[in-house]
Amino acid sequence: MNYLDFEKPLAEIEGKAEELRALARANPAMDISKEAEALDRKSDSLLKDLYKSLTPWQKCQVARHPDRPHTRDYIEGLFAEFTPLAGDRGFADDHAVMGGLARFNDQPVVVIGHEKGHDTKSRIERNFGMARPEGYRKAVRLMDMADRFNLPVITLIDTPGAYPGKGAEERGQAEAIARSTAKCLEIGVPLLSIVVGEGGSGGAVAFATANRIAMLEHSVYSVISPEGCASILWKDAEKMREAAEALRLTAQDLQKLGVIDRIIKEPMGGAQRGRKETVEAVGKAIEAMLAEMAGKKRAEILKDRRQKFLAMGAKGLAA
Amino acid sequence: MNWISNYVRPKINSLFSRREVPENLWTKCPECGTMLFHRELAGNLNVCSSCDHHMAINPRDRFTSLFDGGIFTEVKVPEPPADPLHFRDQKKYPDRLKAAQKASGEREAMLVAEGEIGRTPIVAAAQDFSFMAGSMGLYVGNAILAGAERAVKLKRPFVLFSAAGGARMQEGILSLMQMPRTTVAVQLLKEAGLPYVVVLTHPTTGGVTASYAMLGDVQIAEPNALIGFAGARVIEQTIREKLPEGFQRAEYLLDHGMLDRVTHRKSMREELITILRMLMGLSPAVKGDLPPPGDLAVAADAK
Ligand SMILES: [Zn+2]
Repeated sequence: MNYLDFEKPLAEIEGKAEELRALARANPAMDISKEAEALDRKSDSLLKDLYKSLTPWQKCQVARHPDRPHTRDYIEGLFAEFTPLAGDRGFADDHAVMGGLARFNDQPVVVIGHEKGHDTKSRIERNFGMARPEGYRKAVRLMDMADRFNLPVITLIDTPGAYPGKGAEERGQAEAIARSTAKCLEIGVPLLSIVVGEGGSGGAVAFATANRIAMLEHSVYSVISPEGCASILWKDAEKMREAAEALRLTAQDLQKLGVIDRIIKEPMGGAQRGRKETVEAVGKAIEAMLAEMAGKKRAEILKDRRQKFLAMGAKGLAA
Repeated sequence: MNWISNYVRPKINSLFSRREVPENLWTKCPECGTMLFHRELAGNLNVCSSCDHHMAINPRDRFTSLFDGGIFTEVKVPEPPADPLHFRDQKKYPDRLKAAQKASGEREAMLVAEGEIGRTPIVAAAQDFSFMAGSMGLYVGNAILAGAERAVKLKRPFVLFSAAGGARMQEGILSLMQMPRTTVAVQLLKEAGLPYVVVLTHPTTGGVTASYAMLGDVQIAEPNALIGFAGARVIEQTIREKLPEGFQRAEYLLDHGMLDRVTHRKSMREELITILRMLMGLSPAVKGDLPPPGDLAVAADAK
């Protein structure tokens, strides 16, 4: 288990319980069950306390937790016959973006998502989920295909942001993001997005301009990272707690602002403590959102999406 | 030869100037250090007469030099909620807004207007970098939508002068949502078969570049304008190498296929007229059909 900063007290208690159990394994005659149970109860209640009221900055940490399920896990757990489709047909295949054909409950769909990787090797290969222009252009190509063959598109959002690189700029990072956002608005098939971890700015919006947008309970979605915002507005990157607070980047705030439609509950202690349940909960949400869009005609789907964004923010937090 | 910008414009500029006597009569060119007299600088559309550096020009002055006779009508922009997130950093967002309004005399970071250029009716929008770095929030989103809707209603092309550091952080996620909202505006023009021309000015970066500023039918930039998605410092920190000379500058982007043209501010008006008239299927612009300078001065006085 990778513990986050604010989980330190929990790590201590769970560590003690583990020591005790190790001791008992070494000395079978020793009875530690009472003490171990007490420690378990204590850690359970501490976990509940910690996760009952996570601060926005703590949510950012949970959203970035390396053990959270990633796009790869959702595809494995929820989709059958996943057939990855690669390349932007211009320059390269971007491994930070997974995409392809798949079946969701037998229904053929196109699934696209940022993939951060799960160990050092795959994280480097996936560029930590930071897409280059080719990633967005691949997505545009796949969305186009979905549109032509009338397949719903499901996007999984989990990126710190688009990659800030020299080549990425030279090959038109901004244009690629703009075209991807535009494509989201142009397809006459249902587009459903789930923010499963980090929704990092333009790199996220390029896939998440959808008919229905859901967020996992402790995921975040923001115009800028709290660290970036703090260094610009507070002139001090260490003020990320304040920035996270001010930016209103939690799923709960985004729902109040009318930016997202639903929040998917995470297991106690976050998605990283119940990967399987989290994947299943996301599956249920996809099912529900697909059902909401079922039977809608192309024109209706296009209008629904356009109206959703035009109306967004009209009332601020009072919405 | 563009007689109207060389001869009449300085006069109109001075007539329309909001600030009768600028606080500083002299401006130092940030590129070459030459001291430039304010009247000469304004007459030269804020381009340094010594090194050709294009300084910022506020939307009102740009429109005055762009539209025939310096005459334009503002397009009304629907008011968004004032402080949608109740945002506060070291200052309250409403206080930052008030300070920017006081300093600029403008409501927000974008001005939208309709008028004629070379007798070609257009709708134009211009972003004001001096207003909170031109940042895109709900107002700028509303302004672009209002401009596009007006252009569609009047069946006119839409010209947009961009200048922004990116999205307005103080409006959080709602500023990010202006990327799709302004993209809808561009799509309205596309569906109506109307040209959308973007003029990228210094600097245009972040979420602005990654939405409406990169979606033009024709993409023109002013010389040496900084245009990009990520900031150069962030890129250098990420890739740990120095960026090449001219990186993210207009000419560099032109070389990399991201722009159609890089055009000097003094030629911009003529170029827009030429391009828009062709895209709109109009006859070539007749240079002689403009009223003589005398009539213009009278028209300006009467206003
Ligand atoms: Zn100069």
